[in-house]
Amino acid sequence: MSERKTRKCQVLVVGGGPGGYPAAIRAGQLGLDTVIVDKAGLGGTCLNRGCIPSKAFIHAASKFEEMRHLAEKSDMGLSLSAAPQLDMAGLTAWKDGIVNKLTRGVGQLLKAARVDAVNGWAVFRNAKTCVVALADGGELEITAEHVILATGSKETELPFMKFGGAVIGSTQALELTELPEKLVVVGGGYIGLELGIAFRKLGSAVTVVEALDRIVPLYDGELTRPVTMWLKKNKVDLHLKSKARGVVEEGGKTFLEFQTDQGETQRVEADKILVSVGRKPVTDGWGLETMGVDMDGPFVKIDDQCRTAMRGVYAIGDLTGEPLLAHKATAQGEAVAEIIAGHKRRFDPVAIAAVCFTEPELVGAGLTPDEAKARGEEVITGKFPLAASGRALTMEGGADGGFVRITARKSDHVILGIHAVGKHVSELSGEFALALEMGARLEDIAGTIHVHPTLTEAFAESALAALGHPIHISA
Amino acid sequence: MAEYTYKLPDVGEGVVEAEIVEWHVREGDQVVEDQHILDVMTDKATVEIPCAVNGVVKTIVGEPGEVLAVGTVILVIEIDGTAPTQEAAPKPAKDEAKADSSPPPPAGEVSAKRTEGASAASEKPDAPKPSAPPSVPGQARDTSPASGGGKGAAPAPAAPSRPSGERALASPAVRQRALEAGIDLSAVPGSGPAGRVTHDDLDDFIASGGRLASRSGAASAGRAPRTGVETIKIIGLRRKIAENMALAKRTIPHIAYVEEIDLTALEDLRAHLNANRKEGREKLTIIPFLVTALTKAVVDVPQANAHYDTESAVLTQYEGVHCGIAAATPKGLMVPVIRHAEALDIWQIAAEVKRLAEAARTGKATKEELTGSTITITSLGAMGGIVTTPVINHPETAIIGVNKLQVLPRYNADGQIVPRKIMNLSSSFDHRIVDGYEAARLIQAVKAYLEHPATLFME
Repeated sequence: MSERKTRKCQVLVVGGGPGGYPAAIRAGQLGLDTVIVDKAGLGGTCLNRGCIPSKAFIHAASKFEEMRHLAEKSDMGLSLSAAPQLDMAGLTAWKDGIVNKLTRGVGQLLKAARVDAVNGWAVFRNAKTCVVALADGGELEITAEHVILATGSKETELPFMKFGGAVIGSTQALELTELPEKLVVVGGGYIGLELGIAFRKLGSAVTVVEALDRIVPLYDGELTRPVTMWLKKNKVDLHLKSKARGVVEEGGKTFLEFQTDQGETQRVEADKILVSVGRKPVTDGWGLETMGVDMDGPFVKIDDQCRTAMRGVYAIGDLTGEPLLAHKATAQGEAVAEIIAGHKRRFDPVAIAAVCFTEPELVGAGLTPDEAKARGEEVITGKFPLAASGRALTMEGGADGGFVRITARKSDHVILGIHAVGKHVSELSGEFALALEMGARLEDIAGTIHVHPTLTEAFAESALAALGHPIHISA
Repeated sequence: MAEYTYKLPDVGEGVVEAEIVEWHVREGDQVVEDQHILDVMTDKATVEIPCAVNGVVKTIVGEPGEVLAVGTVILVIEIDGTAPTQEAAPKPAKDEAKADSSPPPPAGEVSAKRTEGASAASEKPDAPKPSAPPSVPGQARDTSPASGGGKGAAPAPAAPSRPSGERALASPAVRQRALEAGIDLSAVPGSGPAGRVTHDDLDDFIASGGRLASRSGAASAGRAPRTGVETIKIIGLRRKIAENMALAKRTIPHIAYVEEIDLTALEDLRAHLNANRKEGREKLTIIPFLVTALTKAVVDVPQANAHYDTESAVLTQYEGVHCGIAAATPKGLMVPVIRHAEALDIWQIAAEVKRLAEAARTGKATKEELTGSTITITSLGAMGGIVTTPVINHPETAIIGVNKLQVLPRYNADGQIVPRKIMNLSSSFDHRIVDGYEAARLIQAVKAYLEHPATLFME
């Protein structure tokens, strides 16, 4: 057995994802002796196999699709004389280049903050001590005054069709070097749809099998309608209320077998079957059970300062529950570092906005009208179609049924939720979150001059619509 | 394999935290029911914690000296059998008359054992609340309907009648400020649209003493309960001080000795020296005289100018006198050290005291200037006080405290009452090393030097 070294520190961060690395950087900035441990590479799921690579992939797919259309038919006075060629290996390499650049950047930021980054797998012996099996051999025992758990989440497998062979998860979907001719997506949540749509744009025949009666269940039917329209127009085969039953091999071909809402069993041929039925926290294999923390279902239970039941042990990000979003983890990580440094902080956002990079894109911040009503609120809403936005039209948007919708309390006009669907609307999410955090009323948004010509005008117009006097549509 | 999770029990009325004194088990140890596993110390008593199950100790939390909140998980025991994981806050042992009997307990621990049975906390006072649902928009309500909604038109400001506990409408910066100031925002009247709480509202609320006017309705001027609670994380120098003080008080049995010193003659000399001092010399305080007296007096009581290493039971006596001078700094107490005070004259000592105090105050003192003292002087300066019981600067064996100098009536040799300049010296000694007699001998020698200042300058 090789030598075991020891290290004492003030803050130990386990997991180098979008929760862990900002926590470590902030702790380092605050002068705390900080160690971060990660096995799979800095940046976590987000940078390595989630947000960033999927967005690169989606962008390339959209570009390819546009070129393909131009090769078929001229548009805006533009045309291509030959169809574009797809080199999946080239696409993957380009995406990997972006990922590498970003993860290297994280390493440099940690270094600049004097954080000690350890590459290896940490297993806790007790709440404050772990042994890291170092990636380059040997062991390091770390004892910390404060521990931040940021182990994140992983893809959920279906027990009757585990990953392997034709069955892949989102991680492998982003590593493919050959385009699957026939792709079946199990799960119509945002990950399945983002990837399914991108593969469709690249030319795969795509089938989506979803157990519920709707796609992207976090958004209401009004919002998802433009996405459903796109799927229909682009011949994506959508089966709602249908349950995957398993994989069948027959005659050298692979099929997904599923049960429809009528109770019939159907088969669909597949080169690859993408299972995207959710994510679950990583709670096994690193000694969580030795730490004496309380659980909340599958997640680690925390309070509004991200404290677990164990003194000096904090947990952040996907490990701690919904929503499983990188920016939530980042905000928690920063807050926890400051709490450890003795600052007063609390994690109490009004809203955590979420974005789906489907076609068209979806944005949600705060409550939908239905959710607000379920809380006993009397609401008014205002909706502004992107078809009436000059800027949307100049970017080939608006024709997809996109809109911005604002939901406010009827009595005092305080904004409760803001949602949008349409091309490029993901970039509006920041303003939506800001409006909610600042406690804005409809009048605040209507009274803020929004730049022309941008998509943000649609937000101001939606507030005017809720107040009953929009300019660019008839009230 | 099931686990038994111990939380630090409620060890007594009103006790919210306790300090780990000593673990009697280690990780991996086999434990049996009723085995005495842990001593904890509250501000009231030392309490023994017994084990309630048979099993193997899996995790121990808390080093001796660490202060933990009631309800904190302190121990995880792996028990045999298939019972589900249990939680427990064991009852502290009902106390036997183990304490208060001779010999006195080692170290400075309080050992008055409580006799009332402390109730075991079945609920978890420190357990975190479930995490809030992630995204709930601003919840403030305003009962007044909004004005029709012309662009930018705001309804007349109205004090919110916000139901208790409802979240206030406020920006993140305002919320953070309220958190730092320990103010519940839902109690702050908001002047903004829809009862939005602004920075100005918060300023007004703080300036008005944080009265709950909007809630309890016109709380009149006059007496009002203060309901704020501030919890402060003890870190950095403060924490170091806390640890050192706890260590000193835990391991050193202090004996205090106070003597009155007549400084009338010394004060005359001091006034003369200051009035006629050469340019560039520091003004003399009493400290340089006291330091000089100590350098002479410790020659006959060398165990008071020493370090005692408890673990190896070795006393190291120093010929040289490295005198620590406790100094208040913005960050807390620091003790810069005058090296080889026996080799300095009073002017040099005065200059060194001034220089070191300045360095400590501005944070420029080096590690060497802050360590290595063999005896320490502490002074509350003008605040004075008539008696203090100074805490020894571990691992030293003696500390001398200077009290207030005041003019008091005293009898002279002829039986007449005369005004004299009187000051008390309060001292503490490590009673393991310095007997009461030796302590008295040292202080009496110091007294003799100070009351006959000419002898300070004789060899």
